[in-house]
Amino acid sequence: MFQLRPEGRPANVIVVVEGRLVRVPAGASAAAAILAAGLHSIRETSVKGSARAPYCMMGVCHDCLADIDGVANQRSCMIEARAGMQIRCQNRGRRLNPAPQSS
Amino acid sequence: MERYDAIVIGGGLVGSAIGYGLARAGLTTALLDEGDVAFRASRGNFGLVWVQSKGEGAPHYQRWTRGSVDQWVPLAAELADKTGIAVGYRRAGGVHLCLGDEEFDQRRQRMERMRREAGNFGFEYRMLDQREVADLLPGTGPAVTGASWTPYDGHANPLRLLRALHRGFVDHGGGYIPNAQVVDAVPAPGEFRLVTAAGELRASKVVLAAGLGNAGLAPLFGLNAPVRPQRGQILVTERAQQLMPIPTTTVRQTEEGGMMLGDSQEDVGFDTSQKPAVMQAIARRAVLSFPWLRELQIVRAWAALRVMPPDGLPIYDQSQRFPGAFTVNCHSGVTLAGAHANVLAPMIAAGTLDPWLDLFSGKRFDVSAAA
Ligand SMILES: Cc1cc2nc3c(=O)[nH]c(=O)nc-3n(C[C@H](O)[C@H](O)[C@H](O)COP(=O)(O)OP(=O)(O)OC[C@H]3O[C@@H](n4cnc5c(N)ncnc54)[C@H](O)[C@@H]3O)c2cc1C
Ligand code: FES
Repeated sequence: MFQLRPEGRPANVIVVVEGRLVRVPAGASAAAAILAAGLHSIRETSVKGSARAPYCMMGVCHDCLADIDGVANQRSCMIEARAGMQIRCQNRGRRLNPAPQSS
Repeated sequence: MERYDAIVIGGGLVGSAIGYGLARAGLTTALLDEGDVAFRASRGNFGLVWVQSKGEGAPHYQRWTRGSVDQWVPLAAELADKTGIAVGYRRAGGVHLCLGDEEFDQRRQRMERMRREAGNFGFEYRMLDQREVADLLPGTGPAVTGASWTPYDGHANPLRLLRALHRGFVDHGGGYIPNAQVVDAVPAPGEFRLVTAAGELRASKVVLAAGLGNAGLAPLFGLNAPVRPQRGQILVTERAQQLMPIPTTTVRQTEEGGMMLGDSQEDVGFDTSQKPAVMQAIARRAVLSFPWLRELQIVRAWAALRVMPPDGLPIYDQSQRFPGAFTVNCHSGVTLAGAHANVLAPMIAAGTLDPWLDLFSGKRFDVSAAA
């Protein structure tokens, strides 16, 4: 759906989006990499599980939430793509393990 | 000049609950509001529909609050039915967590006093020990010494409530007029002329529900509503899977999964700025209560001003000098929405407040009454 502009900066940063290798220019956001990967969506909403993809690209809408390098619920549009970054779908709310009280 | 049966000044939770009740009763009603720069507790609150800490030393306030949560059930159902907006009311009880032995002891004494004051009306509560709390709530920290629990407490989505009341009001023929700050009034019994930023309006009844604005408006109508601002700050985390079966006074999980952490009580005047030291104290108490909260990112935070009467109890009154002018103020406008829409609004529509509501009259603040 989205393509990198041919006259843009060289796309030499390689990240992994849901297992796919994607190349983006230095300085691009993780959300740009998600769009470049051509994914239909990167998250499911927490209540209804609706599919969402990056939208506002400026940190406001939270529709670009993704699991980035193992950290859940990251706004991928606010994070710079780094070589080797692992970007995964954020499906519904974050899973936690509230350890039972030990006393 | 437009003429209404009733004009409600203030489109927050209090004004829209009353306005909804009046329009539903068949009165032609206008709801006047300011613009986006206004102080609006209704858009910055914690969303508890809360009973257990209300009315120590004032059992009539406990009774009124209990009556309100009873009305919440039919009100939420009616709003969902009429407007299609689910306000997410969940009542499965709630707890106040105690950190340390002293807090637990004080809480126990307070709950017992409230039970005694309630008399025949009853006040069902339990003090839970550390183990019982741990069974009820996920991963409480060792600092939690116990909790008080009552079955009456619950929570809702306060923004959806506000939207549903507005929608219901308009659907019943009410007119919502924003950017219509009331700047002056020419009152006469049963005939009020209001000068607003959106022109002049007339009505035979006026309800002052302008939150903090009531302090200045009330004297124009021979009423007294000496409310002052009290700042509260709130933090909200990223969304997590549903973990919290019931809310606590300072930590609750929304239907969408975000954890709300609250909330401070600061007397700082008309100042809605956020203070890192206060935010830190809120986060610290939350993490002592539930250590696993430490994992979660804070995604939003804000400060808002409560509408605080001097003794913390609601103010309900009809002007003696200008009958037809009413004032309504409270610091728990989410909790009391049920009573406001289903009990108080019908009284205002009928033109008289029940005599037992005299206990909430603003006359209790008159200098002569206090002397
Ligand atoms: C941090 C915080 C947490 C809270 N938590 C809870 C909770 O958990 N549960 C609960 O029940 N309650 C809670 N509250 C309290 C609750 O939010 C308030 O009681 C309620 O919102 C008050 O509603 P209101 O309509 O009186 O006031 P507001 O929401 O302040 O609305 C007043 C309205 O009147 C308008 N107005 C003012 N002057 C004029 C004028 N001259 N002409 C026209 N319009 C005017 C303003 O524009 C405003 O829209 C909390 C409040 C805060 C701040
Ligand atoms: S795309 Fe809207 S917050 Fe990232």
